[in-house]
This record gives sequence, C-alpha cells and structure tokens, in this order.
Amino acid sequence: MSALPPYATVGQRTWHYTFRVICGLVFFFLIAPIVVIIPLSFNAQDFFTFTPEMLRLDPEGYSLKHYRDFFNNDSWQSAMWNSLKIAPMATIVSVTFGTLAAIGLSQPHVPFRRAIMAILISPMIVPLIISAAGMYFFYSRIGLQGTYIGVVLAHAALGIPFVIITVTATLVGFDRSLTRAAANMGADPVTTFFRVQMPLILPGVISGGLFAFITSFDEVVVVLFVGSAGQKTLPWQMFIGLREQISPTILAVATILVAISIMLLATVEMLRRRSERLRGMSPS
Amino acid sequence: MKLSKLSALAMTTALCAPSAFAEEMANELTLVSWGGAYQASQQKAYVEPYLAANPDVKVIWDESSAEAVAKIRAMNEAGNVTWDLVDAVASDSMRLCDEGLAEEINHDEDLAAAPDGTPASEDFGDLIVSDCFVPQIVYSTTFGYRTDLIDTPDTVCAIFDTEKYPGKRSLQKRPIDNMEWALYCDGVAKDDIYDVLSTDEGVEQALAKLDTIKDQVVWWTAGAETPQLLADGEVVMGSTFNGRLFSAIAEQGQPIGMLWDMQSFDLDGWVVPAGLPADRKARVMDFLKFATDTQRLADQAAYISYGPARASSAPLVGKHAELGIDMAPHMPTDPANSANVHVYDYEWWADNRDDLNAKFQAWLAK
Amino acid sequence: MTDISHSGPVLAADGTPLKRSLARALRMQKLRALMLIAPLLLFILVTFILPVADMLFRSVENRIVQDTLPQTVEALADWDPASGQLPDEAVFAAMAADLQVAAEQKTHTKVAKRLNYENPGLSSVFRKSGRKVKKWDLATDGPFREKLIEIDDGWGDIELWRTIKTYSGTFTSGYFLNAVDMQLGAEGPEIRPENERIYNTMLVRTMRMSLIITFSCILLGYPVAWILANLPARKANLLLILVLLPFWTSLLVRTSAWKILLQQQGVINDTLVWIGLVDDANRLVLINNELGTIIAMTHILLPFMILPMYSVMQTINPSYLRAAKSLGATDWTAFWRVYFPQTVPGIGAGSILVFILAVGYYITPALVGGTKGTFISNLIAYHISTSGNWGLGAALGAILLAVVLLLYWVYDKVVGIDNVKLG
Repeated sequence: MSALPPYATVGQRTWHYTFRVICGLVFFFLIAPIVVIIPLSFNAQDFFTFTPEMLRLDPEGYSLKHYRDFFNNDSWQSAMWNSLKIAPMATIVSVTFGTLAAIGLSQPHVPFRRAIMAILISPMIVPLIISAAGMYFFYSRIGLQGTYIGVVLAHAALGIPFVIITVTATLVGFDRSLTRAAANMGADPVTTFFRVQMPLILPGVISGGLFAFITSFDEVVVVLFVGSAGQKTLPWQMFIGLREQISPTILAVATILVAISIMLLATVEMLRRRSERLRGMSPS
Repeated sequence: MKLSKLSALAMTTALCAPSAFAEEMANELTLVSWGGAYQASQQKAYVEPYLAANPDVKVIWDESSAEAVAKIRAMNEAGNVTWDLVDAVASDSMRLCDEGLAEEINHDEDLAAAPDGTPASEDFGDLIVSDCFVPQIVYSTTFGYRTDLIDTPDTVCAIFDTEKYPGKRSLQKRPIDNMEWALYCDGVAKDDIYDVLSTDEGVEQALAKLDTIKDQVVWWTAGAETPQLLADGEVVMGSTFNGRLFSAIAEQGQPIGMLWDMQSFDLDGWVVPAGLPADRKARVMDFLKFATDTQRLADQAAYISYGPARASSAPLVGKHAELGIDMAPHMPTDPANSANVHVYDYEWWADNRDDLNAKFQAWLAK
Repeated sequence: MTDISHSGPVLAADGTPLKRSLARALRMQKLRALMLIAPLLLFILVTFILPVADMLFRSVENRIVQDTLPQTVEALADWDPASGQLPDEAVFAAMAADLQVAAEQKTHTKVAKRLNYENPGLSSVFRKSGRKVKKWDLATDGPFREKLIEIDDGWGDIELWRTIKTYSGTFTSGYFLNAVDMQLGAEGPEIRPENERIYNTMLVRTMRMSLIITFSCILLGYPVAWILANLPARKANLLLILVLLPFWTSLLVRTSAWKILLQQQGVINDTLVWIGLVDDANRLVLINNELGTIIAMTHILLPFMILPMYSVMQTINPSYLRAAKSLGATDWTAFWRVYFPQTVPGIGAGSILVFILAVGYYITPALVGGTKGTFISNLIAYHISTSGNWGLGAALGAILLAVVLLLYWVYDKVVGIDNVKLG
C-alpha cells in the first residue's frame, strides 16, 4: 500500500491516488473544525466568520481582545478556578481507587471477575443523562447535591473506567516473577509494590490519571445536575454561553482548551511509548 | 451622584430596620435568578445597595430560575434546601405555593409600605397572584423584527404570513402564548381563546395554524436566543421578553424593531422556599423587605425595561442609567404599547399545562 | 503432579497436606485480590450504581396515592367502575376526610399532579376542593357527595374515580406505558390518542440516527484505519495524532466549532457563497435539524470507530493479500474475499462502541439538533428538570438503559471488555 509497484496499471494508479485523496479529506474533516476556531479566536471583531481584514492577513484584523475578556471576566475566571479545583481532586480519587482495583483484577484468580469488571466499567457505558439524573436525586437525598464533594465524587466515578482500562492494559504485560523475585530477596509487599511494580506500571497510571482528569475537566452533563452555582465549571459556563448567545470569548476558551488537549495527548503518547519500551515490546 | 443617593437611602433603611434580628441573621444569601441583563438589573438595583449597607453579607447567584420548580421539589424531598430566595414567574410561584414548597408571605407585615403609607398588599394590588409571591416586575413576551430585512409588521399575525414577511421566525419552545396567538390569527375572538383551547378541536386548530409555519420556525428556550438570532440575521422576526429586545435595540443599536401587538403580560417575583433554618430565613426576609420597596423597584427600571410591580413606583421611573433615555415609553404597560394585549390565564394553564405540553411536544416531534 | 507410588497425601514443608495448603494459598490469593478491589467496588456502588438504581425505581414507585388518600383507596376497593354508577356516599365521605388532612399538609396538590398525568384536568378539581374542604366539619356537614359535586362537577365523573382506583397501587406500570405511548384504560393497556404519541417516535428516531451515524463512521473510518495500518510506523504515528487530537479535545469545543461552521451565516455557507456554488439568498440549512446532529456527532464519534479498526488491521498479515493476488485474484476480489472478512471484528467492535455512545448523547443534539435532531436523552432531561414528571423520565431512562446494556452484553461477547483500548 505504502508504495506503488512499478508494474501498476493506470486503473491501479488512479485508484491509489483517489484513495489517498479520500483519506486526506477524512483527515481534513477530523481536524479542520478544531483548527478553524484557532484563528477565529483572534478576530478583532465580534463575528464568527473570517472578516476581509483577516483574509488579507492585515494585522488590524487580529487582536487578543477575546483572551483579555476571558482573563478579566469574573464568571469565566471563577469557572476556570472551579474546574481547576474539581478535576485534580476527582483525578486523585479515581487513580487511587482505580490503581488498587486494577492490581487486584490482574491477579490470576479473581472470583466473579467478569461481573466486577462490568460494574467498574459501567460509568462509561451508562448514558450520561441517566447517571446525571440518578446522582441528582440520590445526592440530593444525602445532602451532597450542590456541594464541592458531591461533584468531585461524581466526576471520580466517571473517571474510574478509564483508569481501570489503562492500568489493566499495562499490567497485562507485567512479569509476575519480578514481584516473586523481590519477595524472595526479602522485600515486604509494600516495598515490592513501590519499588518494583509501581515504576513499571507508572506510565499506565499516569495516562489513566490524565484520562480521568480530562473526563472531569470536560464534563458538563453531570455537573449541570449535581452541581450548583458555586461549582460552575468551565464547560458549564461554555454550555450556557452556547445555548444563549455565542460570545466570541468562547472561541478563546476553546483555543486554550485545545492547547491543553495537545499537551495532554503528547504526554500520554510519550508515556505509552516509554511503557512499551520498558516492557520490552517494540514501539508500534 | 445617583449611587451615593442610593447608598444614603440604603443606610437610612438599614438603620430603621429592627436591630433585634441583626445578631441572628445568616451572612450568606443564595439568590436564584435568570442570568443576563435581568439579573444584572437586580444586582445593581437591590443587591449592591443592600451589600453596601450590610458589608458582612455575601451574595451568591445561581442562574437556575428556569428549573426552579423541579429543583426546589428535589431539595425539599431531600430536606436540604440550599437556596434562600428564588426569582420565579407567577405560574411557577403558584405551583410552588400549592405544593407547600414555598413560604406564605404576609404582604403587609413582611414588606415595606409605600412612602405615602399605603400597605404593600394594596400597593401591589392584583399582582399578588399567590400567597407565596412577592411581585417585582411586569414583563411581556412580544415580537422583535429586523427593520432592514422585512416590511414593518403592524399585527402579531405577521408571524403566520410567510408571503409578505418571508424568512425564519423564532418562537419559544412551549405551548403557552403560541397556542393563543395561533388561535387569534385563525380568527378566534380574543375573549373566546381559552374556551376554544379547552376543546380537543381547539387544540387541533391551534396546532394546524402553527403547522403552516412549522418549517420556518427556530424554537428557543433561553431568553437571549431571539436577540442573538435577529442580530445574526438567522431569523427575521421572533418572540422574546421585551427587556431583552430593549437591550438589543437601545444598548447594542441593532436594526431591530418592536411589535407590541398582542404582547403577552406576565409577572415575575420572589419566592421564599419552605423549610429554611431560622437564621437564614431572617436574613432573607430582611433582604426581601429592602429589595421590594417602592424606590428599589423603581430603580430597577433604570437598567431594564420592565414595569415595576408597585403602583407607587411608577411615577418614580426615570431615565436609563447609562443611556439617559426616558424609560417610560419602553415599558410594556405604557398606554401606547398596550393598546391590544393578550392576558394570559394562569388558572387555565395551571390545569392544562401538562396535557398541552405533551400534545405540543408530540406535535413538535412529528 | 502427584506421585502415584505414594500412598498417603503429599505434604507441604510444614506438614499439612499439599492439597489443603494449595487451596489455602489460593483462597488467600483470592481474598487479597478482592481486598484490593473492594474499596473501588464499594465506591462505585455508592456513588454510581445506587443512584442509578434509585432513579430507576421511581419509574414504578407510586405510593403517593395510598399515602395521601388512604381512606378513599380503602373505600374504593368495593366499587366496580364497570357498573357505570358513581361510588356511594362512604367513598365521598372518605375523600372529604382525606382531602382535609391533605390540604392541611398541602399534599393534595402533589397527588393531584400525579393523577393529572393520567387524567388531565384532575389537578384543578383537587386544588379547588382542597381549599374549601379545609373549612368543613366532617361530623356534621354530610352528605358529602352532593357537596363535593357542588364545588366541582368533576367529582361526578366516573372517569375520575376510575383513575384513582386504577392508580392506587404501591407500584404502577403507568409511567412505562406512557413511555411507550400507551395508557391504562378501562380495559387494560391501550394505545394513546394520536396527538399524544411521541416517545416511540423519539426512540425510533434515536435508533435510526444512531445507526446513520454509525454507518457514516464506518464509511469514513475504514479508509483511514487502512492507511494507518499500512503506512510505515513513523508516518502512521504522525497521522494517528490527527485522529487522537479530536478524541482529546473537549466535546463542547467541538460542538461549538460545528455550530460556528454550520450556521446560515457561518463559515461553510460563507465559503460556498464566496465560491459561487450557493446563492446568497438560498443559504443551506445545515444546523438545527437532523443533518446538523449527524454531521457533528459523526465527527465526534469517528475516533471511536477508527481506533478499534486500526488495532485489528494492524494484526492482519499483508502477505495474505499478496498471496491472493499471486493466485490470480483481482484487487477487488483480493480485498473483498481475503482482507475485508478479517477486518470484520474491528468494524463490529467500533460499531457497537459508536452506537452505544450515540444513543445516549445529550449535549450535542441539544445544541445543534433544533427540534428534529434531538434524541430521547433530551426528552429525559426535559422531564427531569423542566416538566417535573420524574417517573416518566425514569421510565424512559430505564428503556434507554436496557438498550445500552443489551448492546454492552453483545460487545462483551464479541470483543471482550478487557480488549478496549484507549489510544
């Protein structure tokens, strides 16, 4: 596929190039909507389309005013701080519980493994609106609705499947004789865990954590129900803005979020490769 | 100048307030409102002066008035009410009061009298539609249109005339008002609208009329949508709250005109959720008394074009706080604007809301 | 393992039989594994499973009628709605007594709201009567039949009493019947009048649109997965980033991007007008309809299709294709008969995943779908947070959840939940 053999017919050649064009278009479809908002966020006007000045690449057509608005506007700022307070806490909770459970699940003999796995993965499978409505009623009843802790717990639950999946994936290639060797040499289980097992599964744990972080950081349905004004997060503020009136500040926020996504993605990719190297697999 | 006068007033009011409550009052106040320009007007007209007089108090806003009934019901069921004072439309206040979810108000005792001594219950008059309701404003749902894209319409029935006024329209995604306008424009006399709507044929008739423009309608749920859609040119005319249109026209200078024909009057006011602890309730009642007095309601009209609910506030309505234009002609209650109004029947809708909602949603999905 | 020549059981170092010692070790191992899992299991049960179960329970729970009108329910037990006669004075007296208590506690409006779902108009009868009954003296003010009918002639309607009797049980099927556009009539479940039917339409629409989205994802994802699997590793990794970036980008960012692109005054229409393909007066309607939802959701879910396909295609040995061609197959035959069948597991995995995610979507349809492009989730949200008919919302949720769990079960059978990969 990668290279066209010299004996290819005209038909094969045409198809080869047509196919590449099709793939190119699909890649364009995937990436263009994300890319297009970046220049628009520097628009000097309050429009959502390219102004003639922008198309002429006239510096007059560009400005940072939407970014200034984001950093000077109280509701956006408090939304950002709320997000930054909620997401890391939710991540810590899901990573702690999730990693322990993933290690438990990777033991050779786990009774009811399938059923347990199904329960632990369920927050990812159950439609968000159902989870949100359920948590809304139940958390109201126990006094957690509209509290910081309530939102953290709800987001932690949503992030757990990602931690379980990534950490179990790292543990699949884990050589059990390593822990046995450590025990043989007199290390107690805690030392073995932190000195032998942890360093090897750490990449999986971190990428699981990043998934959990982004899950909480991007989450809007559950927080709309479980949270109250005091926990208004960035996505919530964006949702209000989108439903009511699209202020161009949303584009600035979106661009910042894309930059964060790129950073997280790069970290996860690096970790994945490192993990594969550590476990002696060839990087794909 | 204006602000100093306000805070001076606030000071005197605070000084006059009975000080016995002072030590038992909670210092946090969660207010629920609608967001946008309306909430901003409340912030400037009542909350800021109140905070100036009570520097220890902290106010938290929650923009959830649209879901007020469902949320208060859930909080009440859980016995954990986190809201202190809720801004709600009249029909919601009636539902909350009926279900025992809102505190009953003794209007004469709990609220300030008019400057001339008229008791609050007389000053508000008929606008006290429920025992739990403290009216703030009279607003209306009416139409705005693009002055540069279509001819000037003079009747509400222009929304059904796609030939003379081509282009998309925006309507609120609910049966209330839309059904009445549809019947009115289908030839039903204004006084017969609710009689007709009480029959199955009447509902069919209204939906059939709406059917004629269904593919031309953008349905909105938030008050800011129509002004935005009009400004973007996505629609040529649409219904929304008159105050939102006022800000688009007067404050943002958009090419939009107001159509006051068959505007639908409604009320908006405060509701105190039932079951608040004593210290929080004391704070709420203190704030409520302050925020609904004659001067405060008149001040609010300087920020948004909604009519104050007290009769005694009307003569005090002045100019817009920033633009300096006279506010009276922009009020829905101004005689020039209210030549032909639609009076929305609360009782009828309280009974038939669920039923008509189901039919309306079914019609929408078709 | 056991040595057959031995007569006694094999012993471990400490003298216990090896079999028992092994069993104990295994038990310990199991216990340790469970101990590690237990905290999370408990956490998920409390923060997630319990809330969902609690909500679903609301779809059948119906204690309110019994609790608010206990005497009436008991008195109605002997009444036969088929008789065509109004209940006797005892029932009316019981109703007056119940109403008096309920009006004092303001619970009569709650029961009225519940019954109003089944018989519109009931709520006003209750509300009007509650106010007046409060002032009656139950011992002397009878007979109550005439008095109640005098307040509101709704009390003289057999349908009202039939509704109370039908919905007086602790559990009800009413919400579920409503969720499939049916109701409990005089002769058992019956279909609702045509102008009230909505939920079947919405469920079918949700399924149909999710299928369209799944197919669009297969169509767009297949060539991309192929090219990723067949390029040299370095190039493929670079292109993979283009697939992963949307996957990592906030859902709201992508939805807002589509909103901006698809509007009538948006980037796509502007571009088409500028090129001259579209007349300025007839801009395309790409948003607030089904098309808008389909385009935006295909984009959002596409990575979930590409990734499983890619991981399956990576394992396919390219020499099979070459072998087929050297045996005389045309390009098409080689692809269709040799390559494609091997990729079916990848398509299956991706399709189920995309479909599961699609049927439960809420945010994107709410923002770009208008009225024609919304899903059943949007109606659930409407009933939970606006209309307040929680039982109906829960019943709709239960149906949606059943569909998703069924698909999840299929997914687990076909793919295995352990094989889900994230990037």
